[in-house]
Amino acid sequence: MGKWTRRAFITTAVTAGGVVVFGVAIRRGDRSDQVAGLVGSDGDALFDVWLKISPDNTLTAIVPHAEMGQGVHTSLAMMLADELDANWSQVRIEEAPCHKEYANYALARGFSIGDADFPSWLIDSVDGLFFRASQVMALQLTGGSTSVRTTGQIAMRVTGAAARAVLLQAAADEWQVDLEEVYARDSMIYHDASGRDATFAHFAPAAATLPLPNKPVLKTSGQFRIMGTSPQRRDVPAKIDGTARFGIDTTLPGMKYAAVRAAPVFGGRVASIDNASVQDMPGVRKVIDLGDAVAVVADGYWQARQALEQLAVVFDDGGYGDREQGDIFRQFAADLDESAAQHEEHTDFSSGDAERSLAAADQIVAAEYRVPYLAHATMEPMNCTAWVHDGKCELWLGTQNPLEFAKSAGKAIGLSASNVTVYNQYLGGGFGRRAFSDIAVQAARVAAEVHYPVKLIWSREEDMRHDFYRQASISRFRAGLDATGKPVAWHNHYVNKHEPAEAPHIPYGIDAQLIVYTDSDSHVPWGYWRSVDHSLHAFFTESFIDELAIAAGQDPYTYRRELLANAPRFRAVLDMAAEKAGWGDTVAENFGRGIAVHRSFGSIVAQVADVEIVDGKAIARRVVCVVDPGYAIHPDGLIAQMESGIAYGLTAALYGEISIRRGAVAQSNFHDYKILRIDEAPAIETYIVNGGGPLGGAGEPGTPPIAPAFTNAIYDATGIRIRTLPVSQYDLRPGNLQDQDVA
Amino acid sequence: MAIRTPSSLAARRRLQYRNHRYLTGRNTIITLSINGTSYAVEVDPTTPLLWVIRDSVGLTGTKFGCGIARCGACTVHLNGSPIRSCVTPASAAVGQQITTIEGVNNGRPGLHPVQQAWIDEQVPQCGYCQSGQIMSAAALLERNSTPSDADIDLAMAGNICRCGAYPRIRKGIKRAAGAINALRDQAQADG
Repeated sequence: MGKWTRRAFITTAVTAGGVVVFGVAIRRGDRSDQVAGLVGSDGDALFDVWLKISPDNTLTAIVPHAEMGQGVHTSLAMMLADELDANWSQVRIEEAPCHKEYANYALARGFSIGDADFPSWLIDSVDGLFFRASQVMALQLTGGSTSVRTTGQIAMRVTGAAARAVLLQAAADEWQVDLEEVYARDSMIYHDASGRDATFAHFAPAAATLPLPNKPVLKTSGQFRIMGTSPQRRDVPAKIDGTARFGIDTTLPGMKYAAVRAAPVFGGRVASIDNASVQDMPGVRKVIDLGDAVAVVADGYWQARQALEQLAVVFDDGGYGDREQGDIFRQFAADLDESAAQHEEHTDFSSGDAERSLAAADQIVAAEYRVPYLAHATMEPMNCTAWVHDGKCELWLGTQNPLEFAKSAGKAIGLSASNVTVYNQYLGGGFGRRAFSDIAVQAARVAAEVHYPVKLIWSREEDMRHDFYRQASISRFRAGLDATGKPVAWHNHYVNKHEPAEAPHIPYGIDAQLIVYTDSDSHVPWGYWRSVDHSLHAFFTESFIDELAIAAGQDPYTYRRELLANAPRFRAVLDMAAEKAGWGDTVAENFGRGIAVHRSFGSIVAQVADVEIVDGKAIARRVVCVVDPGYAIHPDGLIAQMESGIAYGLTAALYGEISIRRGAVAQSNFHDYKILRIDEAPAIETYIVNGGGPLGGAGEPGTPPIAPAFTNAIYDATGIRIRTLPVSQYDLRPGNLQDQDVA
Repeated sequence: MAIRTPSSLAARRRLQYRNHRYLTGRNTIITLSINGTSYAVEVDPTTPLLWVIRDSVGLTGTKFGCGIARCGACTVHLNGSPIRSCVTPASAAVGQQITTIEGVNNGRPGLHPVQQAWIDEQVPQCGYCQSGQIMSAAALLERNSTPSDADIDLAMAGNICRCGAYPRIRKGIKRAAGAINALRDQAQADG
């Protein structure tokens, strides 16, 4: 194998069969042999690879993130190709196999730093520390809107720039000219003075013998040729003709099917199963008691489903069978009361003396907000195909976190992670749900009971009732306004903090702030849900600031604007949204207009929603969205993610509600967990501000602002302040609302 | 029309197994015409068409989403009209012409105008619902090549997209409509 000549995190290149591979390794080591067999086809030999150059001058980018619709395969490859000065049409993309060498240290670091604004650690701080941490955590995660801003910035761009540097050096050496006289363009290297040119592939073998630069010079945005453009996404063609392979499309020789039903109450267990009730049903092969669930394996999936319907099974309720949604909210409220009375809140953020400023304020405004649990409801229900044989386990599914899946599935059946192989497929929606390995564990346990591959598919009902849910929450606010209406104190107390840490924080210039929280457990499993804690806190804080503007008798846009004097990027985004939306223009009768701004995952997003009230129902007709991600690598992809994030957040604001009844989830399918449809979808105009600074995310930041923009617009239209979601529970016709949750 | 039995090893083994064990079971051999090809499959005829298309025939472009005709991911054409295959018994499709995403262009070379528009407008994100979206859109344009926004709402409201590609779906349908009408005009001009 190739030579490891330096300790730098950029490693080296290797040639085999004419293929040259450039890679980033975080440390030198001997791990490469483990990777070679996974990525390479005949003749290839690979390191910790992000780039290989083949003799026909095609470049293959190996992308260590899952494609779940966010276009990450395309965006990451663009970042590498641009630094390399490659010809985009000759760039191919492969997803990295599940392997610990691809452990996503960048994501681990991003999450542990917590805040969106990374320090300039692009090269110098890659010290292996976080790589080790992420290996321990078994991360190869796609989530946190981090693929482009971390993997892209660190691995892809640096690799491209380093490879380009040695290719240029190899050309200069061969042509015996000064390095400064050669340049790369479209996967070719040129020397104008002598009129010579040749392909990257020509120089690749020689380049592979040269030491890679430790700190290659990256382009500035003015030098980008591929980044900042919007080439068509590479995953789209397979998604319009039925050939894209999602996890659920896995087909193996001799494969059987499984249907499963878990104890409906979280924490419940199987009490008894009467196998005789299904043993004569056609195609049924096995009934498996999984402890907390029961599975039926059959020749066909429908046979398995039919048998599961027939199966006589009794579950216990784990002691939670009397829990109702109202109990959970009452507990949250009581725990808030209790901790406030005892002064036992955890401090989230503090500046100045909020209580003193409140006491001195001319006007106090107080409000309490609530949001319900939410399910992810990915279009592709949870599924996994598993085959346990010869002391190994193979898994086929779409996952945001293949390494953790391998570890957990292996552990469940007594295998080490190294004996588990995950073949990641396209994800039919992720949104955080496919970072949880419960389905892989279940499938592995079923497959361990039989000697053939099994495809386990959850029904929609199972998927809805056994998710990891966006938390329900209560958030209480008190603010003090001075005589001019300006807020001088901000006090916020909410239940249950998860991540990211900065989600409840506000950008506004309010001197005295105290943000505190109280833990209040429930038996409902918590999960990452698109934008995570931002999804609730943006609704809370951007609703409350709107209430302060109204209390001050001021315009909600200019009120925010004044408070953003020291946050110029926020202000620029807010201003553009207001301008593009025609803020201040008269809106039509039965219409209202609302605004909100929020930063998450490094991107600042402002949205203005226009809402029409039709027969007491609120319909979002138009959303103007302005996003500052620092720099948009793939502008059309960013726009698509804003559109997507808005639809996801609007669905939640309008309809989203998972409620607990007798300990279990009451909702079951799309008839009682409604999803926004095309006839309710607003027209969306998205504008991009390349504000500079560290790259922000794309997949999540579009979601948080839409709920408050929407409900602020409803207030504008009706004078009704929605403080408890979802909106669809209210009849917004004048005089109809007696609800205590609305003003 | 050629009679073809499922070619995958899994399906063959399944048939052999059933023939051996369930000679008098509820399964029967039915013949389905899918994308112009006849498939003889042995299934319980009450099995939803979706699972026969996916598992017995092996055409996996048609997706399972909800099982209760609420999401549209399983949309196929039955004699040209969009239906939800997750709630349609296979027996109801016997003798009918079934079209799936794999055959949406009716055997013509290249892409259906809706498929091309889906690329041009970069409609799909995760892509899971898009087979169903395309089948619904193609059926709409087959009967109305100049759909209004209200027409699009009516025809497409049965198809959920969790990625929220709705603005692009709307644009894609309008683009495809333009392409279809241009082709028609061209054909008329060519006489």
